[in-house]
Amino acid sequence: MADVKNILLVGVGGQGTILASQILSTGLVSAGYDVKMSEVHGMAQRGGSVTTQVRFGKQVHAPIIGKGQADVLVSFEIMETLRWLEFLKPDGKVVINNHKIPSVPILSGKREYPRGVIETISRKVDATVIDAGRIAEELGNPKTMNVILLGALVKAMGLTELEWRAAIKECVKPKFVEINLEAFKAGLSV
Amino acid sequence: MKKLMTGDEAAARGAYEAGISYAAAYPGTPSTEILENIALYTEDIIAEWAPNEKVALEAAIGASIAGARALASMKHVGVNVAADPLFTFGYTGVNGGMVLISTDDPGMHSSQNEQDNRYYAKFAKVAMLEPSNSQESKDMVKAAMEISEGFDTMVLMRMTTRVCHSKTLVELGEKSEAVKKPYVKNLQKFDAVPAVCRKLHVALEQKLIDLEKFSNETELNYTEWNSKDIGIVTAGIAYQYAKEVYGEKASYLKLGFTYPLPVDKIRSFASQVKYLYVIEELEPYMEEQIKAAGIPCIGKDVVPRTGELNPDILAKALLGVEREVIRYDDSVVVPRPPVLCAGCPHRGFFYELSKRKDIMITGDIGCYGLGGMDPLYAKDTCICMGASISMGHGAQQVFNRFNEKMRAVAVIGDSTFFHTGMNSLLNTVYNRSNSITCILDNRITGMTGHQENPGTGFTLQGLPAKIVEIEPLVRALGIDLVKTVNPLRLDELKAAFDWAMEQTEPTVIITRWPCVLKKHSEHDMKEFGDYKSLCEVDTDVCIGCRLCTKPGCPALAFDNESKKASIDKIQCIGCQVCAQVCPKKAIRKAGN
Repeated sequence: MADVKNILLVGVGGQGTILASQILSTGLVSAGYDVKMSEVHGMAQRGGSVTTQVRFGKQVHAPIIGKGQADVLVSFEIMETLRWLEFLKPDGKVVINNHKIPSVPILSGKREYPRGVIETISRKVDATVIDAGRIAEELGNPKTMNVILLGALVKAMGLTELEWRAAIKECVKPKFVEINLEAFKAGLSV
Repeated sequence: MKKLMTGDEAAARGAYEAGISYAAAYPGTPSTEILENIALYTEDIIAEWAPNEKVALEAAIGASIAGARALASMKHVGVNVAADPLFTFGYTGVNGGMVLISTDDPGMHSSQNEQDNRYYAKFAKVAMLEPSNSQESKDMVKAAMEISEGFDTMVLMRMTTRVCHSKTLVELGEKSEAVKKPYVKNLQKFDAVPAVCRKLHVALEQKLIDLEKFSNETELNYTEWNSKDIGIVTAGIAYQYAKEVYGEKASYLKLGFTYPLPVDKIRSFASQVKYLYVIEELEPYMEEQIKAAGIPCIGKDVVPRTGELNPDILAKALLGVEREVIRYDDSVVVPRPPVLCAGCPHRGFFYELSKRKDIMITGDIGCYGLGGMDPLYAKDTCICMGASISMGHGAQQVFNRFNEKMRAVAVIGDSTFFHTGMNSLLNTVYNRSNSITCILDNRITGMTGHQENPGTGFTLQGLPAKIVEIEPLVRALGIDLVKTVNPLRLDELKAAFDWAMEQTEPTVIITRWPCVLKKHSEHDMKEFGDYKSLCEVDTDVCIGCRLCTKPGCPALAFDNESKKASIDKIQCIGCQVCAQVCPKKAIRKAGN
């Protein structure tokens, strides 16, 4: 199964990891890969920690990624990166959105948001930190954060040659295609 | 063309291609999207949410006996609710083909237990299919129709969370034009009275012998030959995991038709390999039958029988292999449990309830189950759908008999009340306890992702429906003491609890406010208006007492350094529960 690549997208319920992984898998399918994708539904979505797992290659069996198996970990939230880091290959890459969403124990002042997470991670693995929220605001639509991160992921995976424009058009409503294409480009150039 | 689909979507496509014309379900993770996707075939399939799984299965049985191909889908615990019709329909057999899809939840991603519903096939004596990916989920619904009509049996198709919710590639097929069979009255087949069923049971045993022969012959059960040192008998998602771990280093007997098991085929496979492994998720369903047939095998003595299986667990259990991982200190990572959303109408209710002493709160299944979490802790029990009310009654009877001053407070949602809460409330009325029943009516089935129900005014396929109002329904069941309150008003909630605690008769408190995520219907707009706004903290007035953190709203943060609260503008919808909790009136609507 050496030719199978594994991408783990993690974040917080409601952050829009689903659309990013939809575009990703659409692009991979049209490039002729076998693709499997697994995501969290139901109770865990209510503001909980969520993951989407995408695997692709010539032939994929299991739809889920094991510990130490992800080639790239894309984290939509800083602390979530640390929660899922053990799923990354020791020589894997991390794309981190520079964005904090404190969980309830932190909000109520019972626990501290961990300090120096990005530094800790950068010391261990190849990490790209992106201010996707700021870039999205500059583009004029804060919701495009996910597609900016997708752009950065595509760059990290070396998959820039695929038909991403078509994939975005297929997955996004017509009136949001242009802004998402811009967001994708912004992510690629980080 | 190949399309990426979840197992649920693919099963729905299978229903369309198989010419199924009636489908019913009650929502439940991970099964919900099966019927939601079937509902999109408006021209071809009648798709209906039933108030519970028993009703869904019975409605589908009616459709089958009337001569149509029919389907019912539900989560694993839903099959418990539907078990009564399941067992007897196993005796009678079908007219139009019939499939029941059970979606099991190994690992309990969104469930209260991880029962293995494969045993239901054996128990109810109906044929069983187990898909391992989306392609099979589609194709097996079609195969189920052939088997069902060919052998005059209902088929149980058992899926699991990973099959339901993983997207894999599917080659779409054409719709087969299944002709509706004529309805013919047949008391000797469909009138399950003792004299008939004694004969049906005898015939059923012969049917199982015929089905086992089919199981040994069908291509749904196939062999992949590689190295013959290890032979693996496997089914469902466990097949994918086994392939992931062993690849071509083992041979496989991959079973898609798993009841009755193809014992001869297994015996022949076993005789050709050095070691026989049985790899299955959860219980040793296959292993027990294989061992009972006198075939030695290795299974649950090494593969765990609890929790969801994955390739890592298999690799460690069978090969002693573990992948290298990055080592780091994860003790600083703070848990992120699911929470009630900002603006959830349940929050104020649980906050007020959490202040009461000497109560036992019997909870139920739904988002409001989160009322038991930190910092609200307003729940004592959760067993199953509808149990809150019946358990509250039983507990109250005991508290009263033993002169304890405890009060039982049952908490249930609107959809769960329609599901099985109604019968339970009838029991409370009939057997005269004074338990307090709270029906949290958020105008939708929330947890599973906003499905219509008898109270919302719409059917699954978007047609207008009669709105069943809960207050008159509760009165019709015999409850005289009912109050309907706005759960965003803490004073209304407090007054209602004070009132209910004093009663010697059963009481019902209905909280009525739409789920914060619900897309408002015209009816909702008329009743609730456009209420969304924003709250803010006046930091000059805030004294840092932290009381506002007690309701546990994810939009409100307390900063330990500045000793001030703040509100996230993006998440806050201005429900003002925190504003009512603040003793200094430091929180108010923005702009006021």
